[in-house]
Amino acid sequence: MIETPPRIGKISKDTPPHLRIQPSKGWVSLKLGELWEYRELLYFLTWRDIKVRYKQTVLGAAWAILQPLMTMIVFSLFFGGLAQIPSDGVPYPIFSYTALVPWTFFATGLSMSANSLVGSANLITKVYFPRLTIPIATVLSGAVDFLIAFAVLIALMLFYGIVPTVNIIFLPFFVMLAFVTALGVGLWLSAMNVQFRDVRYTVPFLTQFWLFITPIAYPSSLIKNDVLRAIYGINPMTGVVEGFRWALLGTGSAPGPVILVSSLASVFLLLSGLYYFRRMEKTFADVV
Amino acid sequence: MSNIAIRVENLGKIYHIGGPQAQYKTLRNVLTETFSAPVRRARDLLHGQASGASGLKKEIWALKDVSFEVKHGEVVGIIGHNGAGKSTLLKILSRITEPTTGYADIYGRIGALLEVGTGFHPELTGRENVYLSGAILGMSRHDMDRKFDEIVDFAGVEKFIDTPVKHFSTGMSLRLGFAVAAHLEPEILVIDEVLAVGDAAFQKKCLGRMSKVAGEGRTVLFVSHNMGAIRTLCDNTIALAKGQVTMAGSTNSVIDAYLHELVTITDGSIYDGKRFYRVQATCNPENLDGGVLLPLKPATFVVECYGKEPILSPSVYLGVHTSDAQLLFGFDFQDFQLVNRIEANQKVVFEFHINELPLMPGTYFFRIHLKDLGDGSIEVVDRDYEFQVSPGPIHNASVRYLPPQWFGNIVVPISTQVKFQNPSQFSIV
Repeated sequence: MIETPPRIGKISKDTPPHLRIQPSKGWVSLKLGELWEYRELLYFLTWRDIKVRYKQTVLGAAWAILQPLMTMIVFSLFFGGLAQIPSDGVPYPIFSYTALVPWTFFATGLSMSANSLVGSANLITKVYFPRLTIPIATVLSGAVDFLIAFAVLIALMLFYGIVPTVNIIFLPFFVMLAFVTALGVGLWLSAMNVQFRDVRYTVPFLTQFWLFITPIAYPSSLIKNDVLRAIYGINPMTGVVEGFRWALLGTGSAPGPVILVSSLASVFLLLSGLYYFRRMEKTFADVV
Repeated sequence: MSNIAIRVENLGKIYHIGGPQAQYKTLRNVLTETFSAPVRRARDLLHGQASGASGLKKEIWALKDVSFEVKHGEVVGIIGHNGAGKSTLLKILSRITEPTTGYADIYGRIGALLEVGTGFHPELTGRENVYLSGAILGMSRHDMDRKFDEIVDFAGVEKFIDTPVKHFSTGMSLRLGFAVAAHLEPEILVIDEVLAVGDAAFQKKCLGRMSKVAGEGRTVLFVSHNMGAIRTLCDNTIALAKGQVTMAGSTNSVIDAYLHELVTITDGSIYDGKRFYRVQATCNPENLDGGVLLPLKPATFVVECYGKEPILSPSVYLGVHTSDAQLLFGFDFQDFQLVNRIEANQKVVFEFHINELPLMPGTYFFRIHLKDLGDGSIEVVDRDYEFQVSPGPIHNASVRYLPPQWFGNIVVPISTQVKFQNPSQFSIV
């Protein structure tokens, strides 16, 4: 849409920024530079989403703990207790909760960003800014919940007498992987949601479905064949969950091939999501 | 640095109305459309119609072939009826939506103000919302820190600044919203109709702020229905109608021509009722000054109608209201003269001649009731007949804008006199 992005900072008089507004054609550029210039807005939107998240709730931020914790208890009772699903030699509650922490971050990020554009319709139709900031801020705002739930995880591990392995230094990478995956899917869904409100009804089903194809309630070691396991990594959340368990609990070996496949899949999701989002962006204000 | 701030060249924008894109799509619609479209095209081709033009979608050019230039430091007004394309033009210039054809070149940092309180979140406090809204409108945090006190002071909400905005009164949050926006400092400012917020005092403050911005040599594009404000603020004005530029030039000449058009446009509205039909009412200027209604000049209210059945003694009541629906004055034809029986399908024309129209410049409307004094029946015509009184020389050739909050809506013919007393009559102690 615009060939030369406007500058937000100070502009000297002798270099007039020249902006041309015209119909965009063909492949659109991702304009990530512009996103960088609007980083302050990204910060404020994230801050707003965090502030507003648990306003007028009784339990407040306790919800951040309750969601994964309750799921863990149910999983432990039925899958761990009744169904006797193996848990790689780790107490089942820890085994499942370690996976549920990044999973909750991913699932909330995904479902909230899917609705983020439609929820910000009043902004989109009234003011210009890179629309990408909206879903990105939404996913980022889940980081606080993640940190709270993570603190509980550490407490639980200490309770069970499990000390994190040194591989914990790789943990940020897996958090990043979950973020990129959530954002990639979120970009697709949020842009589609502007045009097709079907997305709203698809999201709960999608997250539920995704929960079961990700090794959260069961270990991926159930798959013995290495090639098959690598293929399983096409679901990027497999890589995230495996990575979390490996880095924190020391289960399994360094999950190389799975992580590689997951990372590639995740980057693919993000890039394709970015392009789709950019392509649809110009119609947002007219359609939303 | 070029002297041009905005150059718009053949700008156009299509909206699809009534077609599948008008409602938001569901996947099913798109799928059925995708599969049925080729079939329909083939059928169209068989029937000898041009391909592509399947006639299902109705295309509306919200803006078509619009070209103009705005120089640096110029304040330009944009006027036009609802749906003339003003908002679309502003939305394109502020990059909210893309044009379909043409282009616009912007030389300088552009900021748009299309809504008051953009991005306000009800759960956040006034202070938080000032920062949030500022960030959304493109202000840096540093600028916000610097201007925060000024903004709060301008809005007059110091006491409540740490209260969630949802507990604010409507007026308070509007004022705070405007205050944030008014402290934007882009080189080019695009403003849509935001002066219409708050009470009279605040409106005056806003107008003052606007003229300060205009006086600072900033380039401003200003859309409004408030002709008085446009006259006060803008050097030049562009009039839009049906997506095209109809007039452009110095503000006074464009507005006069535009208001003239407006008088003729309201003529056409026809009402069909129970006992009367083809009811038409107009307010016509009787002077020949370009055919506009002017304060203290002759004007005629004309009501014409046909009887559906014989009416024993027809009469008409006419009440003149301000644009905010306050009744100013009314008159009933029966108080002046009685009208004899009209037959079915016979036309009757009532005329009220006013020697000196006692209305200040502005927008008004009148409502009419049609009556039959024979059986006492009254038919209330459920529509507003809008008319404009143009700014003209009111008292002693003064054409300055007299804001209604000080000068009211009614103009009274007045003569003045000043007397001086001889200083020698006073004894200085």
